[in-house]
Amino acid sequence: MLSMNDQLVIGGHEFQSRLILGSGKFSLEMTQTVIKHGVVEMVTLALRRANVGGQENILEYIPKGITVLPNTSGARNAQEAVRIARLAREIGCGDFIKLEVIHDSKYLLPDNYETVKATEILAKEGFIVMPYMYPDLNVARALVNAGAASVMPLGAPIGSNKGLCTKDFIRILVEEIDLPFIVDAGIGRPSQACEAMEMGVDAVMCNTAIATAGNIAQMARAFKLAVEAGRAAYLAGLGRVLEARAEASSPLTGFLEEC
Amino acid sequence: MMTGQENHMAYREGMEAIDSDMMEKVQALVETYDYQRYTGDDVRRALRKERLSIEDYRAVLSPAAADYLEEMAAKATMETRRHFGNSIQMFTPLYISNYCENHCVYCGFNCQNRINRGKLSLEEIEEELKEIAATGLKEILLLTGEARQQSGVEYIGEAVKLSARYFSTVGIEIYPLNSDEYAYLHECGSDFVCVYQETYNTDKYEQVHLRGPKRIFPYRFHSHERALRGGMRGVAFGALLGLDDFRKDAFAVGLHAHLLQQKYPHAEISFSTPRLRPYINNATNNSNDDHERQLLQTMLAYRLFMPFAGITISTRERAGFRDHVIGMAATKISAGVRVGVGGHKAEEKGDEQLEIADPRSVPEVHQMLLSRGLQPVYTDFVRV
Repeated sequence: MLSMNDQLVIGGHEFQSRLILGSGKFSLEMTQTVIKHGVVEMVTLALRRANVGGQENILEYIPKGITVLPNTSGARNAQEAVRIARLAREIGCGDFIKLEVIHDSKYLLPDNYETVKATEILAKEGFIVMPYMYPDLNVARALVNAGAASVMPLGAPIGSNKGLCTKDFIRILVEEIDLPFIVDAGIGRPSQACEAMEMGVDAVMCNTAIATAGNIAQMARAFKLAVEAGRAAYLAGLGRVLEARAEASSPLTGFLEEC
Repeated sequence: MMTGQENHMAYREGMEAIDSDMMEKVQALVETYDYQRYTGDDVRRALRKERLSIEDYRAVLSPAAADYLEEMAAKATMETRRHFGNSIQMFTPLYISNYCENHCVYCGFNCQNRINRGKLSLEEIEEELKEIAATGLKEILLLTGEARQQSGVEYIGEAVKLSARYFSTVGIEIYPLNSDEYAYLHECGSDFVCVYQETYNTDKYEQVHLRGPKRIFPYRFHSHERALRGGMRGVAFGALLGLDDFRKDAFAVGLHAHLLQQKYPHAEISFSTPRLRPYINNATNNSNDDHERQLLQTMLAYRLFMPFAGITISTRERAGFRDHVIGMAATKISAGVRVGVGGHKAEEKGDEQLEIADPRSVPEVHQMLLSRGLQPVYTDFVRV
């Protein structure tokens, strides 16, 4: 059990859960099921799917107490992302915004350049900006300077369930950038979520991996446990792993003290 | 045969010609497509791959792939789920005019066909829109025949503006336009354009498009590029399967979409798979060699070649077929469809373009989706 003091803090808001749920590929009832199991405190919402006043409106499926993280999915440039964020605020989704700027319909890779531009505008307007980005150190630094509240690098192409393909780059970001890190796309298994958390990532976001599982509620719980285990391991400090050969029990340079 | 009247490959005055070599590229690749030479090995090899090459796409469209429909369906289902989850978009078409100057031998609206012609006034359009909006739908597709006198761009623009008041997504399936005209309709509130080439075989195209602006093959072919240059967000591709060799046409459709997405990476791509249907005065207008198995193979091939693209399943197909392909390959379904002019609020003002096979209402399709574990999505676009 993790300490109650080990909270995820984003934009001054505190969260116990370090698992964030993406909702884009779920049935609304599935989203509700996962939330009911108490594994998440934050759920993303594609504003373009918010059918306010209409049928199958996702907002009606997210109970009070759960933080809605609206995203700008569908935005192809900074200007569109900013407008979508403002609309999200207008319909009462609050100040959190998961910034997604995608100019490629095939791979859905984030456009880092436009993302930085939008972050700067939205941060100045008081949004708590959580940008989805390709893990590039220079861009991450630019996002910090632009006022991002967290950084959300992709682990692998969205929906691929391939895990931490960008592990080495995320590790560099974790070492160099002093903002909460949330691995956003590509996490396919609880073990991969655990691995990310062990590296010092602050939270993991999942959608496809849970949405496409055989038993959704059970998989959501598995992710929760994996994220907690990874976090605990990170806080505990991983034991040493010897790579090429065993370590001599006596210092190899001990002879220097002999005379 | 009325060939030899107008060169179907030469632009008419006023038709915008853009600098693009896409048509030549598609034609060159289609010409070399000999689908008989593919074997089961080629199909199995393609199905083992994560991403299909153009050569793999040829294989899965070939007759040899007919024995692997089950495997293709399994892989397609996985891809559909990976890219779209269980979300299915809902929409309905609204025909606002059936006047047409074209003589297309397969179409109920053709200018030689003696049917009741009609056009909705703007007031009537608004009444129809209100009636459709009351069903909960948020996406509408406006359709017209090709008649610039009766249904000009400004008239369509006004219809788009009205539609945008009631619907979050407005698509148009009208005659091809110049890019500045697409820009105008985009400004009015439309973001998605459907243009189906019918057949990519230019000889066949000439034989079945006897008269009217539609006869001009390259102008139609380059519509998608002009639409994107006009600021449209998404474009839909299709061939009228069964009009010519459906394998070659389906291959061309996929290639066309593939090349366009490479050139315009932001474009949202989708496919439709219309087949020939009977219409008034032509009850035998049917697709003879493109049966449900072949249609399914085509849809699965589209999904495997371009897993991120939307696929719409038409009410031309029977309910049983639609219910099974939705979620497997198709990601968008129409409901509460009328194919005459108007007909949602008042009586139709013009006859139908074709016969539909699935007349189910919006609630019925909604329930069907839920019963199959799918999520009906009414809005998937926010215009900013």
